[in-house]
Amino acid sequence: MTQASIALNRFGIGARPDDVVGHGRDWLSAQMPAFAIRPPAIAAAPDSARVATDLASYQQAQRAARAAAPPPDAIRTAPATPPVRSDAVRAARQAMGKQAREDYGAAVAARAIAALTTQTPFVERLVHFWANHFAVSADRLTVVGLAGTLEFEAIRPHVLGRFGDMLAAVERHPAMLLYLDQAVSVGPSSALGMRVAARGGRKVGLNENLAREILELHTLGVRTGYGQGDVTELARAMTGWTVAGLGRGGGRDQGPAGRFRFAAAVHEPGVRTVLGKRYAEDGEDQARAVLRDLAVNPATATHVATKLARHFAGDVPPPAMVARLRAVFLETGGDLPSVYRALIASPEAWIETPVKFKTPWEWSIAAMRALGMTTVQPGAIAGLLTQLGQPVWKPGQPAGYDDIAASWAGPDAVMRRVEAAERFASRAGGAIDARRLAATLFPGSVSAATTEALARAESPGQALALLLVAPESMRR
Amino acid sequence: MLDRRHFITSAMLGGVAGAFAPRMAFARAATAKRFVFIIQRGAADGLGTIGAIGDPAFAGVRGDLAVDFASGTRLDGLFALHPALATTAGLYARKEAVFAHAIASPYRDRSHFDGQNVLETGGATAYQVKDGWLNRLLDLLPADSARGIAVAATVPMALRGRREVASYAPSNLPDASDDLLQRVAMLYQGDAQLHGLWSEAMATRSLTNDLAQANGQNAAATGTLAARLIAPANGARIAMIETGGWDTHAGQRGRLAAQLKGLDAMIGALQTGLGPLWAETMVLVATEFGRTVAVNGTGGTDHGTGASAMVLGGGVAGGRVIADWPGLGAGALYDGRDLRPTMALDAFIGGAVAAHFGVEPGLAMATLFPASARTLAIEGLVRT
Repeated sequence: MTQASIALNRFGIGARPDDVVGHGRDWLSAQMPAFAIRPPAIAAAPDSARVATDLASYQQAQRAARAAAPPPDAIRTAPATPPVRSDAVRAARQAMGKQAREDYGAAVAARAIAALTTQTPFVERLVHFWANHFAVSADRLTVVGLAGTLEFEAIRPHVLGRFGDMLAAVERHPAMLLYLDQAVSVGPSSALGMRVAARGGRKVGLNENLAREILELHTLGVRTGYGQGDVTELARAMTGWTVAGLGRGGGRDQGPAGRFRFAAAVHEPGVRTVLGKRYAEDGEDQARAVLRDLAVNPATATHVATKLARHFAGDVPPPAMVARLRAVFLETGGDLPSVYRALIASPEAWIETPVKFKTPWEWSIAAMRALGMTTVQPGAIAGLLTQLGQPVWKPGQPAGYDDIAASWAGPDAVMRRVEAAERFASRAGGAIDARRLAATLFPGSVSAATTEALARAESPGQALALLLVAPESMRR
Repeated sequence: MLDRRHFITSAMLGGVAGAFAPRMAFARAATAKRFVFIIQRGAADGLGTIGAIGDPAFAGVRGDLAVDFASGTRLDGLFALHPALATTAGLYARKEAVFAHAIASPYRDRSHFDGQNVLETGGATAYQVKDGWLNRLLDLLPADSARGIAVAATVPMALRGRREVASYAPSNLPDASDDLLQRVAMLYQGDAQLHGLWSEAMATRSLTNDLAQANGQNAAATGTLAARLIAPANGARIAMIETGGWDTHAGQRGRLAAQLKGLDAMIGALQTGLGPLWAETMVLVATEFGRTVAVNGTGGTDHGTGASAMVLGGGVAGGRVIADWPGLGAGALYDGRDLRPTMALDAFIGGAVAAHFGVEPGLAMATLFPASARTLAIEGLVRT
């Protein structure tokens, strides 16, 4: 790969036929000041306030319907059978599900359009990188419509800021609070916890899911020396962090649905100790103080540096490069543009052999950019990514999708790309000359085998399909 | 009739067999035995799957999560099976299912991803072993039967390794035209990685011509699909199916019931799909670790240690639960919160696989679980 091809494909997200600028290291760093946090497609997508308002009114209606309906006889005679849902409850659930899927499809399309039309493809790639680092998975009804808003509202505004600010924004975003169950966690000795315990009612208590993943996935990384005790203490400090209208904590005066809310009534009182440091009781700010320290912890720097190096220099991150990125991260207190500049300056990220097998998302966006597309149908793009094995914002686990070739280079995955490429090419209708396009997409880097295959193709459409699945298109 | 697609396929199969000839020359006849590994990703709750209803602490500590077992199947004096596992209960009654409880891999921390790595590689710690034990199992099979497949678009860790394996999942994309397929094969000729992947893709395609129409949306369809992939004489002998959604931190009662219902449907579809071949088939169900014994504040359970596992199939010496039960009293728990593991999952899997394929147990342990090579495989899991 030439330097220009590396800049376009390894750092960027693929060339467009109408790209005119020269492509080198300067082109990459010049993108940072030009990045648009809210390009038109994303400004038009549903935001978390809208989605959360729908969810809150749906949940309220469901509670009212359940309270109104007398318990069916089935419950009394056979306690193991789940209660039969009334038609109204079921219809409301279906309507909510449909709405959530529409919101999800619209958000996926907004993400794709932003990637197709961006003037700052390197920064756009970084947004996708961080969204996968701070992954939520659109599996549950409450998360389906909110998943994209985490990327739009917590990642994009901070992708060129400090890591600690991005961390704070992510952990306070409704999608994350709901996905990892933080919104329902209750301190056992909090006012609400004690009241429920005194009544002997249904059990409420601590949920350590988010606290664990913050330590393991978002900051320090797995096996970096923290213990179960640190997880539990962070979980206690975080009690009270919830979502207005959708979480626990009681009270009518919660503010607009979906907004971050500190519910003092469920906060576990007391001093907390995390990684050996004591944090005074400080309500909402107790957990913020822990997050501030985690964001600049050396283990966090190593974790972030390793993942960035893996993303740009290959599945096995070069130790010297990791060490450099880590040092910059620590020296600057997690200033991300400084880290990105060190990344661009790393020779390990400019080696001529392709270092990464593209993920389905990377391959799809690059293919659509190659075809000059500027828009997509909401359902179509979400469906394509599902077929290719990487539904957007749906990794099924809080670790996000793997960033190594073994996860994506499967026989069936390659076959799917070939099927999709043929469909793309047939839509392009023979108007594109793949032989010329190849040189634009991979300047100075098209192999003899690919050139020959394109020249021998039986039709312009077939040549285009072959170009989209050529080795040059599969790796970066 | 030999159409072009089949022609390409068989030509490539020849190439693959030549390039990846097994290192050890086993002069053994082809085996008819099939093996399916259903992995439960996310730490399935063993106590929620097989309840220890005879343990005096069970009802108290499990609260709401104990209730469903009132209508479950009694397995013996101590255990009952969750009522959602109706088909599985039928297999147990016919002595075609063995359950193991209080079982764990060598992994003792609580990270899903590290735990799954240990479960799939067969190592003692995460990332210590670089390939998967199912891939190494192919080395123990007669050369002409050593074919593995992932019922998924990509190959999971357990199946990755030196041996080429296939992967297949139903696609809604339109089939690519034969001419394009042939040209892609030529384009990939000089690219070792893509050539290997493409050869596998084409070989699998010829076995599953009309499967693209099968609905892969639900668990039963996946089970049916897996059966169709391993039933043909020239199909795979080893298959792996991935299931997710077991990480029930909140609202476990309803969610786990739905998960188990899906698993039960998958097992039922495998058995039905295989027909008489069920007698030659063994299905393993296992997860990376268990969940906490106590219910948490959100009606769920958190990451734990001891779990349960299953081996099912026509030849299994079943109708029993194997467990050295540690008890659920406060003093008996591991780390004060988890079911204490008293049996090595490695020994259970190693024993099951060795007996199923007629491999010497010591060799099976050394090959599949090098870190547990000196652990004795559990014997007697298959009827003789």
